[in-house]
Amino acid sequence: MSTQKQKLVVVGAGMASGRMLEHLFEAAPEAYDVTLFGAEPRGNYNRIMLSPVLSGEKTFEEIVTHDENWYGTHGVTCRFGENVTGIDRKAKQVHTAAGMTPYDKLVLATGSAPFIIPIAGKELDGVLVFRDLDDVEAMSKAAEKPGARAVVIGGGLLGLEAAAGLQARGMQVTVLHLMEHLLDRQLDASAGHLLQRELERRGIKVHCKAQSKAILGEEHVEAVLLEDGTVYPADIVIMAAGIRPEARLAVDAGLHVERGIVVNDAMVTSDPDILALGECAEHNEVCYGLVAPLYDMARVAAKTLTGEEAAFKPVETSTKLKVTGVDVFSAGDFSTGDGTEDIVYRDAARGVYKRLVLKDDKVAGAVLYGDTADGAWYFQLLKEREVVRDIRDRMIFGQALAGADTDPFSAVAALPDTAEICGCNGVCKGAITSAIAEHGLTDIDGVKQYTKASASCGSCSGLVEQLLAMSLGDEYSGAPTVKPMCGCTHHGHDEVRRLILAHGLKTIPEVMQALEWETPDGCFSCRPALNYYLLCAWPGEYVDDAQSRFVNERHHANIQKDGTFSVVPRMWGGLTNPNELRAIADVADKYQIPTVKVTGGQRIDLLGARKEHLPDIWSDLNAAGLVSGHAYGKALRTVKTCVGSEWCRFGTQDSTGMGVTLERLTWGSWMPHKFKMAVSGCPRNCAEATIKDFGIVAVESGWELHVGGNGGMKVRVTDFLCKVESEEEVIEYCTAFIQLYREEARYLERTAPWIERVGLDHVKEKIAEDAQGRAALSARFFLSQKYEQRDPWAEQAGDPGTRRSYSPLRQKVIA
Amino acid sequence: MSKSVYIGELEDIPRRGARKVEALGCDIAIFRTGEDELFALEDKCPHRQGPLSDGIVQGRGVACPLHNWIIDLGSGLARGPDEGCVKRFAVELRGSAIYLGPLIASDAAPEASLAVEAE
Repeated sequence: MSTQKQKLVVVGAGMASGRMLEHLFEAAPEAYDVTLFGAEPRGNYNRIMLSPVLSGEKTFEEIVTHDENWYGTHGVTCRFGENVTGIDRKAKQVHTAAGMTPYDKLVLATGSAPFIIPIAGKELDGVLVFRDLDDVEAMSKAAEKPGARAVVIGGGLLGLEAAAGLQARGMQVTVLHLMEHLLDRQLDASAGHLLQRELERRGIKVHCKAQSKAILGEEHVEAVLLEDGTVYPADIVIMAAGIRPEARLAVDAGLHVERGIVVNDAMVTSDPDILALGECAEHNEVCYGLVAPLYDMARVAAKTLTGEEAAFKPVETSTKLKVTGVDVFSAGDFSTGDGTEDIVYRDAARGVYKRLVLKDDKVAGAVLYGDTADGAWYFQLLKEREVVRDIRDRMIFGQALAGADTDPFSAVAALPDTAEICGCNGVCKGAITSAIAEHGLTDIDGVKQYTKASASCGSCSGLVEQLLAMSLGDEYSGAPTVKPMCGCTHHGHDEVRRLILAHGLKTIPEVMQALEWETPDGCFSCRPALNYYLLCAWPGEYVDDAQSRFVNERHHANIQKDGTFSVVPRMWGGLTNPNELRAIADVADKYQIPTVKVTGGQRIDLLGARKEHLPDIWSDLNAAGLVSGHAYGKALRTVKTCVGSEWCRFGTQDSTGMGVTLERLTWGSWMPHKFKMAVSGCPRNCAEATIKDFGIVAVESGWELHVGGNGGMKVRVTDFLCKVESEEEVIEYCTAFIQLYREEARYLERTAPWIERVGLDHVKEKIAEDAQGRAALSARFFLSQKYEQRDPWAEQAGDPGTRRSYSPLRQKVIA
Repeated sequence: MSKSVYIGELEDIPRRGARKVEALGCDIAIFRTGEDELFALEDKCPHRQGPLSDGIVQGRGVACPLHNWIIDLGSGLARGPDEGCVKRFAVELRGSAIYLGPLIASDAAPEASLAVEAE
């Protein structure tokens, strides 16, 4: 078998060669025995995502593109961490310290090396580059020292991403840039200055037209000296002044090398058995550094290796800066010259700048700052050289407003005014369009406020958007791509949670500062969400902010329409006893509770309690051993049970006991929304477990676990998760599921819509299929329970200051 | 300057929070903003009479706990499309002591300020 196979040796395990191997194995899995050399002691990863790894927003594991498993499956012999020192073209062998490796075909994908500017002190300790994971680790380590300072030489894409990442890690960062404005190869001066202002606002110092003279220090860097005499103290210096193709092997082997290794359209070098691709290659006098053309090269090289004809045709490239919260897009040529026209749009308040450069009625270049949503569309127009004469007037406002040939709103336009758009709130089309016209509404939030359309389940928001677009025509700015948490921020829920973890944000003011909240202290919508996200992210460390809790959670009781409260003590698994019932009856008498009712979750509700009585009521209930039932909270509510095998003639397991156990373990935990459980002792399911967030149905051989049910506004039957045998398993699966929901769902998202959003497969994968992950989730849940499992009633009633706060102030002395 | 009454200390009211005061013959909510400004409004949302003192204080506004109407603390007016107005009272901080003054507004209900004098 293997004798028929040719030997392919690949030098360089980066993104270009990784992609080439993928294409190769897809087209001809049996054609070659592949040996892959890589200078780094690891396989291929997505190098362009090192920036978010540096800033802490991603982990290295998340950016690995080819793992051991992949290499194994495709029979690749991996020799990572082994440097190729030479090529013997006559003998068709490559040399390493370990000896010789023969090849039939050789692919050079050695990438590039950071350009070290030739100044004094460049060899000092602490002078780093930003190229691979080791560099990222070195930078992260330097950032651990409190107050550490970094100087980044180079204000290009790489330099700025390094600067932002180091700043996110807590360093004081200065960027030195030789040219007049940042990103001078990607942006024009206006956008460059906007970017500089934004970075400075974040606390990064930017020095343009900075000519570095020397790096100062004895053994370790201490400062950077500029030609103009300025000195910037530094604990580390990052050289990000550009890259040079890494072509030394090719030069030594006598291949044709100019700036990079010269290749033809088929990616073949001056030696017909040697190919080159990626950043080390030079095609038609151009070396490429962006990923799109490198992937094209990979496709061509794979075809060449399988004997197919293919030619690399350079295409236009676009770039985006990967700095969270800074949106920059650029593509094509934006230098103004003969026959070019500019279309410029500025919105200073939003910090938006857009510039399109047209030539011969076609897009020649685009620079977008602050709002890059239409970058992909402009780029497509540019690549396809489309004539844009007809949309020229509107195109700067984006694709949504540039207008297509057909009317996308014809379906909505055809509806009569009486057609119901929002089923939840009974709002018809006419009511929406007239509200838009009367109140000059321009967005879906306005429509929600005035008509309540799409304010409940939101499933009609697409239709409402279309009505807005239809009514407003060109003035409608379209739906934002990510729905912001609320009017206080442009960040969506998921982004905020991710950034809380990535940046180690630990208080609400810190989140608002770092994520640029647009209001001084948020609103009733975002504050409770942030409070929850923080307490979920930092168990035991975050101090709950009562003023960011909705009244019910602040007062640990449910507010009623007349301003009184309802009080529900916990009854484990729905079990109670004469002693508890007597205490409840006494409380009802003593505090003149007007209504006592049994709830749907098998508890007793005392309705109409006055706020100032709450602490006394709790003390009395506590004395009988009753604790808060959290009926008021986005928290574990109740575990409903049937009587199970203890009493029922059909019961297969002790469902009541299981319910009590689960409630004892999970009570007190805060969640994105309320969370209900139930345990039924047999498939007759008397506890209605299949409309609960987590439902358990006992069968003869064990326990069936069901998730994502809801008996509320929109009834949803649970999805079957899996079946387990032991009580220990029920506990682990249940707590892991709760923790997954706590960590992934958005605030005020019940499990039902959450599961519909992320998909049942995702939940199954995390809970049912990944034993290790499940155990880790469960462990994190129990860790947080260590801090959250406290009876808020006892705490509130036990503290004299807090107790007083439930009573009104009274006037004391007449002044 | 009309009569004002001492009702408590600044620390009795949490920052970005409120406290109900029984004074001047009605329930009044005293609000303390994130900037430590004080405002006093009748503790009754114009919508469904919700206790504003139990709402979430956001900037110079409060979200009613019942249906999230936002009442502007400075003007007493409902914000956004909702329409309604809450009675405002003068409130003053002297050192750390909070003094509640009479009703502010042209259509001041006389019984409110009379109640002060009656005390």
